[in-house]
Amino acid sequence: MDAILFLIFAAIAVGCGVNLVVQRHPISSALSLVGVMAALAVLYLLLGAEFMAAAQMIVYAGAIMVLFVFTIMLLNAGSERKTDKALFARLFGVPALIGFIVLIGFLIRTLLPKTENVVFGTFTEGTARGVGLKLFTEYLLPFEVTSLLILIAILGAVVLARKEI
Amino acid sequence: MEFFIITGIKAALVAFVLLTTAAYLVWIERKVLAHIQLRVGPYRVGPHGLLQPLADLIKLVTKEGVLPAQVNKFYYLLAPFLAVALALVSISVIPFGKQVEVFGYKTYLELANVNLGILVILAISSVSVYAVALGGWASNNKYALLGGLRSSAQMISYELPLALAIVSPLLMCNTLSLREIAEAQAGFYFGLIPKWHIFQMPMPQLLAFIVFLIAGFAETNRVPFDLPEAENELVAGFHTEYSSTNFAAFFTAEYCNMVTISAVATHLFLGGWNPPLPEVISNWIPPAIFVGFSLLAFYHATQTSPTRPWDKYTFPVLGVVLLGLAGIFTLPLLRDALTPLFWFAAKTGAILFLFIWVRGTLPRFRYDQLMKFTWTFLFPVSVVQLLATGILVAIVN
Amino acid sequence: MPSTYPEQYFPILLQVLLGVVVAAALVGLSFLVGKRVKNKVKDTPYECGVNPIGSAKERFSVKFYLVAMLFILFDIEAIFLYPWAVVYRDLKLFAFIEMFLFIILILSGFFYIWKKGVLDWQLEDEQTFQQKKQVLK
Repeated sequence: MDAILFLIFAAIAVGCGVNLVVQRHPISSALSLVGVMAALAVLYLLLGAEFMAAAQMIVYAGAIMVLFVFTIMLLNAGSERKTDKALFARLFGVPALIGFIVLIGFLIRTLLPKTENVVFGTFTEGTARGVGLKLFTEYLLPFEVTSLLILIAILGAVVLARKEI
Repeated sequence: MEFFIITGIKAALVAFVLLTTAAYLVWIERKVLAHIQLRVGPYRVGPHGLLQPLADLIKLVTKEGVLPAQVNKFYYLLAPFLAVALALVSISVIPFGKQVEVFGYKTYLELANVNLGILVILAISSVSVYAVALGGWASNNKYALLGGLRSSAQMISYELPLALAIVSPLLMCNTLSLREIAEAQAGFYFGLIPKWHIFQMPMPQLLAFIVFLIAGFAETNRVPFDLPEAENELVAGFHTEYSSTNFAAFFTAEYCNMVTISAVATHLFLGGWNPPLPEVISNWIPPAIFVGFSLLAFYHATQTSPTRPWDKYTFPVLGVVLLGLAGIFTLPLLRDALTPLFWFAAKTGAILFLFIWVRGTLPRFRYDQLMKFTWTFLFPVSVVQLLATGILVAIVN
Repeated sequence: MPSTYPEQYFPILLQVLLGVVVAAALVGLSFLVGKRVKNKVKDTPYECGVNPIGSAKERFSVKFYLVAMLFILFDIEAIFLYPWAVVYRDLKLFAFIEMFLFIILILSGFFYIWKKGVLDWQLEDEQTFQQKKQVLK
């Protein structure tokens, strides 16, 4: 049951990802990315990271992607035009992609430390409570540094959007 | 297996009840607005216009669904689809009452009890921005684009005070599950004042409740925050180009969201299904109310005027129905299940009435005032009140 | 009693399916039932009876972009508050001090943007209005 759900939503995530690249209108691409985010949230949930799933939906799908959509509307970006593919891309595009996937797969297989196979339902520390206990005791410093990061981002946003500082 | 079947039945029931509530909310709104403005409102279709929602539905379905030539067809249709689908989903984490036993099955009056209840609602409400933004963008209409843009900017801006106002009662009950939040508010101070979050010591959440309500009004695009639909400047905002059932979809979504927001406010601040008075008294309030109304109905049956010939028949029937309801609430077996449901519905209904009342009373904000209000007033206020709650709870507990 | 996540969240999945069916029915119904008459004028964008001039896809104020950007940042702050509220009883004053520092830092950014007039939607328009007036003189 879990494995089937996992496969379904993984397929949705990959499908939306491919659609993101294939679609020519930027809005379609952005919405495909929302689809990827939503599918990822379900995957997190299946793996037991309950709070992460909600945060994924609220922050990524509900906030960051809204900015993307706004920006696309703001710039009034239309469909991309399809240019004649370069000879290089036509000849080597697909083989290079396959080569890249094989390379990545090979690197993951060999270089990363071996992990146990995932058993669904064993990890139960991903609730809001579990995350909170870890975040506010063990990972206190990263949490406080995050606020600094957000502060810098606020300044950055204002500087980018306005000419004078 | 049993669990899945029961869930299926409950899901269908909840969706049906929600859609019916939304439909009759429109009727109630028209009636209340009419009486505020000294009119009678819908009166032709059925007794007191009670069949008006059905007539509206038939009218909307048989109208032509105009698909203007310049629209982006896929996104134009996706927007109302998303709006209504998301509105139906968010109700699924809201509990309506305590555990009940139906034909030997023990079940909770809710669809899903998830640890994250309130976050699920927040997630869905943050995603429903797309319905508005896409609807406005895909319509290829200047009014629609401006309306959609304004509306989505408004929705995301008011989501911040909303999210902050939710957190401060959570500091007291330390859970995100709506059922546990409601259960944490049971009991009374001095056997009289209910321990609802708006009364709960050490920091009564009245301010958070007000912030939540204001932000909730803005999230659902209701007066006085219905800028995207300001007729005099934007025609109908993001749904200018929508007609027939596509328009009905946006309309349904708005009213469903109103119901959800009111239910969430009830759980977070007004104690969910917990009665306002100790149970010895409060168990007799629902039957007393129904008996009172039925007496009123019987009295009016004798006061018929020639202009309203149907009153002779409708009022006695109404009186008997109300008496029957009162009888149901006194049966000990049903009482335990129905009384919490009654209190929950009553509180949610009161907030919904407030929505309509405000619409009948307040004028509309100007857009710059609206944005300035949330960013420079509502947001700082909710932060300060959150910190105040935090320090009080930390010291007292 | 449901114990695993798929079982806990199954009702929501079911409700999603139900919502999709209802929404599809609602959106599709008008095309099945309602009659359709094609008309050239009906196909044009509605602008209160006046012929539309120019495209609807115009550029709009950078303020909207800025609001979306600031929303992300404060939304991240808000999402941290939820696990904080859940563990508040365990950590008490310690948790309060942590979050106080966190919020104060972010609020200092908030006051910066406030003083810069980013939150004032009218101000910029008035400034540009004054500038335009200067140029005209």
